[in-house]
Amino acid sequence: MNNARRNPLAAILVILAGLLVSGGGYAVASNAVTSSTASEVSQETVDAGKKLFLANCASCHGSNAEGGNMGPSLIGVGAASVDFQVGTGRMPAQASGPQVMKKPVQFTEEQTAQLAAYVASLSPGPSIPSEEWVGESALASGDTSKGGELFRINCAMCHNAVGAGGALTDGKFAPRLEGVEAKHIYEAMVIGPQNMPVFNDSNLTPEDKRDIISYLKYVEANPSAGGEELGGLGPVAEGLFVWIFVLGGIVVITIWLGAKSN
Amino acid sequence: MSNATATAKKKGGFLAGTANYLDERVGVAGILKEFGRKVFPDHWSFMLGEVALYSFLVLLLSGTFLTFWFQPSMVPVIYEGSYAPLKGAEMSVAYASTLDISFEIRGGLLFRQVHHWSALLFVAAAGLHMLRVFFTGAFRKPREINWVVGFVLFVLGMAGGFTGYSLPDDLLSGNGLRIIDGMIKGIPYIGAYTSSLLFGGEFPGEAIVARLYSLHIMIVPALILVFVAVHLFMVVIHKHTHYAGPGKRDDNVVGYPLMPVYVAKAGGFFFIVFGVIMLIAATFTINPIWAYGAYDPSPVSAGTQPDWYIGWLDGALRLAPTHLEFMIGDFTLSMNILIPLVVGILFLVVVALYPFIEAWVTGDKREHHVLDRPRNTPVRTAVGAAGITFYAVLWAGASTDLIATHFQLSLNHVLTSMQILLIVGPIAAYIITKRACLALMRKDREIALHGRETGRVVRLPHGEYIEVHEPMDEYELYKLVGYKAYEPMLARPNAKGVITLRSRIRAALSRFYFEDRVVPPTKGEIEAAHDHGKELH
Repeated sequence: MNNARRNPLAAILVILAGLLVSGGGYAVASNAVTSSTASEVSQETVDAGKKLFLANCASCHGSNAEGGNMGPSLIGVGAASVDFQVGTGRMPAQASGPQVMKKPVQFTEEQTAQLAAYVASLSPGPSIPSEEWVGESALASGDTSKGGELFRINCAMCHNAVGAGGALTDGKFAPRLEGVEAKHIYEAMVIGPQNMPVFNDSNLTPEDKRDIISYLKYVEANPSAGGEELGGLGPVAEGLFVWIFVLGGIVVITIWLGAKSN
Repeated sequence: MSNATATAKKKGGFLAGTANYLDERVGVAGILKEFGRKVFPDHWSFMLGEVALYSFLVLLLSGTFLTFWFQPSMVPVIYEGSYAPLKGAEMSVAYASTLDISFEIRGGLLFRQVHHWSALLFVAAAGLHMLRVFFTGAFRKPREINWVVGFVLFVLGMAGGFTGYSLPDDLLSGNGLRIIDGMIKGIPYIGAYTSSLLFGGEFPGEAIVARLYSLHIMIVPALILVFVAVHLFMVVIHKHTHYAGPGKRDDNVVGYPLMPVYVAKAGGFFFIVFGVIMLIAATFTINPIWAYGAYDPSPVSAGTQPDWYIGWLDGALRLAPTHLEFMIGDFTLSMNILIPLVVGILFLVVVALYPFIEAWVTGDKREHHVLDRPRNTPVRTAVGAAGITFYAVLWAGASTDLIATHFQLSLNHVLTSMQILLIVGPIAAYIITKRACLALMRKDREIALHGRETGRVVRLPHGEYIEVHEPMDEYELYKLVGYKAYEPMLARPNAKGVITLRSRIRAALSRFYFEDRVVPPTKGEIEAAHDHGKELH
């Protein structure tokens, strides 16, 4: 036994075994995260998506989605990415700038699905989350308390503790989360659009993601118990409000009281 | 008074009986006579200090209510209250009891909001009151000490606010405390020891909330009460100032007596201020601590700001140039923390000492009870405007991130612009304000001499066209010419025949203050101008 352990080949074997286990494990895990949706949709949908792609996206992303100077390659970004970018109106981009802005959605849901199917058919990538995670019943069963805690730990440093958004460097920003569809929040966590980091399933499990969305939706559906929220911007809005409206209003009253004597 | 009580006694009314009872035992009549006949002039700007006083009363009332339920303990508990998104979360007793005040106790949330809104209003009203006193020169002899007392009250207001802001132990206030901790640790040598002493060990420790609570509900309010008493007592001693007008002199006060006019007015005004605070507190959320979650040192939220009155210090930290740390031996000097600290303290010192600085420069030893029109003291007004600009840029500096996101600007550009504005803004404000004041004074002089332009053009019999000027009446004229134009002093040699550095500095400052001036027209000039006008009519 002792001799066998000292054999130089033993070290190599151990390393090999370690690599196989960790690499294989990673491959299994990432397969669990990314799954191709190409098999689930018809060729017709993919073709329709390709037509839309060539007409609307190819000028920047290249006619085979291989990317170019203006836009990145879309091979392997998956259906989730397309659904997020097109579904929130960010794509097709209107102008280049520090960050691509949200704007009214350009395509119908059917067209968005076609585009997503086409891009997903190029290479496997993250798929659109199922109702199991972002459906109404799923969100209703989410743990808002845990979601809130996860949100504060993972998201609040950019999106603010109440999801009001925040500034990043050089004109980039983390957008406000109020009114964003549940599936788009989920997709954003999976794909990490623009400046956002990726929160993969080993980082935040699908249950965690659902809990975070449940929390955000709960806060959105239940307005502040204290009355008007002043944009959820905290002390800055409160300070401006007290100076302009409260003290301003009282000064108007003092002027009225002072004028009475004249 | 004694006659009145005597006749009333015969009637045997309950009120008169009580009054007589009190008068015979504690001399109520004398007190009422003394205080009831105190005269207060009437002007809206004289009510700003009152607003601060009334907000403070509301603070005391609502704060007492909150102390019945708030528990300043940092012992961890599991929240089992009615706010769903925090159910089962671990938090401190302080935070849990604040949540209970907000969600379980009847009227608790309303009173929390009343307390917080009135705190913001207290400091804001005190600040505005200070500006009124500054720009009208009400801090001049004999009121310099009262200015310092008022200044201390303003700083105590900030201290009271900050200690209260940190009590709920939510994420926002914890982040704020962390910044204070960092600032303290940035002070060379004593920083780490001070922080350890304050927090009872490493931040956040388990002691800070209870310590801040003692400060917040005992030390700070007691000090504020004492200083308010001194402040008001001095107002009684000095009597109130009044604006220039006919019959208003440096040796009298023109206005209404305290009893009954001002007691009724001020009492009514208290309820107006209270009413406004209640209305705002009942309709607008302030500091929704439930949305921020329990404090945990790891998460830091974007858009973390202090309440407005600490904002200028937060702004100073944000605007300080980065990469300025260096080492001396084993000590790190964090200039990006020390510069804001020193600049902030210097700013406060200048504000506190301003009356003495101005008195030294003018050499004016007379008592002043008639207020200045801000335009008639161009340099003081301009210095004030520069100070406001400096403060305002620092203040805005605390919300660089919100300015960037809301106006779609680059955060870096906003920061750089603010840094430039912090230097250029006060200088520009100074020049513009001083020029505007001098121009207004020249206009006043012109109007005093030649009357107001009526826009009515008349053709005289010999063919000349003139515009008819309406002469000012005595009241308006008094306002326009009733000020003293100081002249710059020269540096003079002392008894030994030496021109000291001190006297040179004083002369230079005097020149800075009074080199540009507009002298009010003399009686002779006005009469001459009027005679000239009559010839034309």
